[in-house]
Amino acid sequence: MNASFWVEALVALLLVLSGVFVLVSALGFTFLRDFFLRMHPPALAYTIATWCVSIAGIVYFSALGDGLAMHHLLIIIMLCVTVPVTTVVLARVALFRRRMAGVANTPPALTPPHGSDSEE
Amino acid sequence: MSLLRRLLPAPLLSAALFLAWLLLARSVSTAQVLLGLALALAIPIRTTRLRQTGVSVRKPLVIIRYVITVIRDVIASNLEVGWGVLTWWRRQPDAKFVVIPLDLRDPAGLAVLAMVTTVVPGTVWSELALDKSALMLHVWDAPDEEAFIRRYKQRYELPLKEIFE
Amino acid sequence: MSPMLNAAIMFAIGCYALASLLVLYRLTIGPRAQDRVFALDLLYIHAMLVMLVIGIRHQSDIYFEAALLIAVFSFVSSSAMAKFILRGEVIE
Repeated sequence: MNASFWVEALVALLLVLSGVFVLVSALGFTFLRDFFLRMHPPALAYTIATWCVSIAGIVYFSALGDGLAMHHLLIIIMLCVTVPVTTVVLARVALFRRRMAGVANTPPALTPPHGSDSEE
Repeated sequence: MSLLRRLLPAPLLSAALFLAWLLLARSVSTAQVLLGLALALAIPIRTTRLRQTGVSVRKPLVIIRYVITVIRDVIASNLEVGWGVLTWWRRQPDAKFVVIPLDLRDPAGLAVLAMVTTVVPGTVWSELALDKSALMLHVWDAPDEEAFIRRYKQRYELPLKEIFE
Repeated sequence: MSPMLNAAIMFAIGCYALASLLVLYRLTIGPRAQDRVFALDLLYIHAMLVMLVIGIRHQSDIYFEAALLIAVFSFVSSSAMAKFILRGEVIE
């Protein structure tokens, strides 16, 4: 059960890359000031860090066993489908709550509500 | 034709479910293939009412080119946003809300557009007008708003119009 | 398992641990509720990445199922919480 040197080097490179990207995304998420600015860096962890680890898994398990082990692709597809749902709802939450609280420089709604008393 | 249509209401969904099942089971033994076929036939029939029906997907070449574009843009903008975070102390990116007029009306196409927008770092889908005529994004770095809108529409919206409408 | 791959795995897990600590800091100070929900979602993703890397470390496929389950739970819990802070109700 041993993979060749070049396979291990590729896997190691991909893992190191994913670690660096996750660290950068967490730095951005923790130290940026505005909520909407903070929504951008986590995408690094959702996309390229996960892709790197999944591709590392595909390469490593394909080299270990016999045949292609493509099941790590499911993680990529799964995250691509589910993460946008959470992110879009959270962006709407932030806009909605900021408008309610009257925070400055929040853009107005694209569809103006018909009369303020009919709004729930 | 109509019997086939009733048995297989969404052939693409069935194929995707079958492939996903084989990937999840990690084997191509007869039992798993049969189970996957059963699931791929049963799930689309049982969930007809949950899905939006009548989605037509055309032009496979455009789809392949679109996927490649998105993957390349994800990698490029990952590097851009990561570099922007690391050099924050030197230069702060010009982040702002951008309102984009939309031509795409198909709900499935809009769902794919929302997915692509969120997956590409640097853009967050914030709000869609009720009549689907405009879209508000929060953009990480857009010094030139007009150029960003033109690039976004040409790169992400136009291929979806070709595929879904 | 060569020392090189072992070192890379240790480096990656160290990065994830440090990143999780940073996100945990944001979770505790997060000025608004949406910051906390987003931080929790990100912590789930870090846990999923750790599972995948440990799977490579132990050359075992079992960890893949754990990672997939964590991804599913992350989706369900954070979208439910996001919906809750949007309206105050999960199901309308």
